[in-house]
Amino acid sequence: MTTPIPRPSAMLAELTHRCPLSCPYCSNPLELTKREEELTTEQWADVFQQAAALGVLHVHLSGGEPAARRDLDELTSHAVKAELYTNLITSGVGLTKAKLEDLAARGLDHVQLSIQGPNAEIADKVGGYKGGYNKKMQVAEWIAEEGLPLTVNAVMHRGNLDRLEEAIELAMRLGARRLEVATVQFHGWAVKNRGALMPTREQVERATATVASARERLKGELVIDYVPADYYARFPKPCMGGWGRIGLAITPSGKVMPCHAADSIPHLKFDNVKDRTLADIWAFGDAFTAYRGTEWMAEPCRSCDRREVDFGGCRCQAMAIIGDASATDPACEKSPHHGEMLKLAEDFVAQDDDFTYRPNA
Amino acid sequence: MSADLADEAVPFLPRGVRLKEDPARGWLLLGPERALTLDGVAAAVLQEVDGARSFTEITEILAEKYAAPRDQIAKDARGFLVGLMERRLLETKP
Repeated sequence: MTTPIPRPSAMLAELTHRCPLSCPYCSNPLELTKREEELTTEQWADVFQQAAALGVLHVHLSGGEPAARRDLDELTSHAVKAELYTNLITSGVGLTKAKLEDLAARGLDHVQLSIQGPNAEIADKVGGYKGGYNKKMQVAEWIAEEGLPLTVNAVMHRGNLDRLEEAIELAMRLGARRLEVATVQFHGWAVKNRGALMPTREQVERATATVASARERLKGELVIDYVPADYYARFPKPCMGGWGRIGLAITPSGKVMPCHAADSIPHLKFDNVKDRTLADIWAFGDAFTAYRGTEWMAEPCRSCDRREVDFGGCRCQAMAIIGDASATDPACEKSPHHGEMLKLAEDFVAQDDDFTYRPNA
Repeated sequence: MSADLADEAVPFLPRGVRLKEDPARGWLLLGPERALTLDGVAAAVLQEVDGARSFTEITEILAEKYAAPRDQIAKDARGFLVGLMERRLLETKP
């Protein structure tokens, strides 16, 4: 039995790794791509056309900080011209009112603004950027004036999870239609900061309850998407909605990956849009076929009735915790390594580390 | 707060939400991080949502077009549209 090749619907376009912020949970890899290795405007334009032809509906212009690209205006136009739903994922730093107006006029569909905490003191400490919070508040105002729909993205961890109510209030105050409450995922720079970021079980349980009650209270006003902390879960997250099934990520230098953290799996070979078409890479590229479908699964996934619900969870997490990317995600209670993962979480909770910031690149 | 849709209200797709006909997937409603696959009824309803017609007018058009009882159409369409309002994919003007 072979797995039919699905059509992707979402593409993360990491335009650059450069960023004025230094968040200790940045999802960028430890080895950051240099400016001179970044794809050109024309190369991205071609990627957007190829992606649309392949079936991609949403493109997320991200980074790093996408506004660090001087051609963000042109890139936006190219994404819009490819008829992609164009979302800008930004820290806000580097945007001006005029730039935002221009992007809106070019057809930008939506802005996702990251907030590192519900007040300046916390947010600027986490982002490692003084004045960042106030700048974000200003940018949110411009977005509202422009009439662009806004999502607030709040990455939550031990240091700010107890302030979730405040983050929800802030999203409402900024006029967001949508709030992403994303409990920190331990990939990229977050791995270095597990001792500072790991939330406690009690925090996670309270957060889950807070989200449930806010969803009910704010129905029709604020949509809340919630990524819970899987360390304390019974079942793993359906990472990326299944490997090579609905999404793909392109790095600043054109490497095509099944998810933005996939290069933490050392044996995977990634193709580049400079060498091969996107359709070919998506369908037949080694990295995409490695864990697509269910054929690759071992027990307990293989015979599990949830194998097409959570797709075995997160390959990068299996790699990080067990050292085997084809193992069941240890977040699953059926994994023989589930206990180790819980123990790890408890160990990290007990630590009181300072942040290791990522460089601005 | 749960959403409601009055007969005289004028529904519209807010900025950042739009219909798209996809060659392989049929009619879709695209919004922030959302792509809803629409069945025939849902697509027919949304194609009449133009920001000018009231809910009543929309159901009258559909009743005529599909030779179906207006009450039944109104019930189905209201359920669908209120669901979109709750997900902030549809807004109304009074």
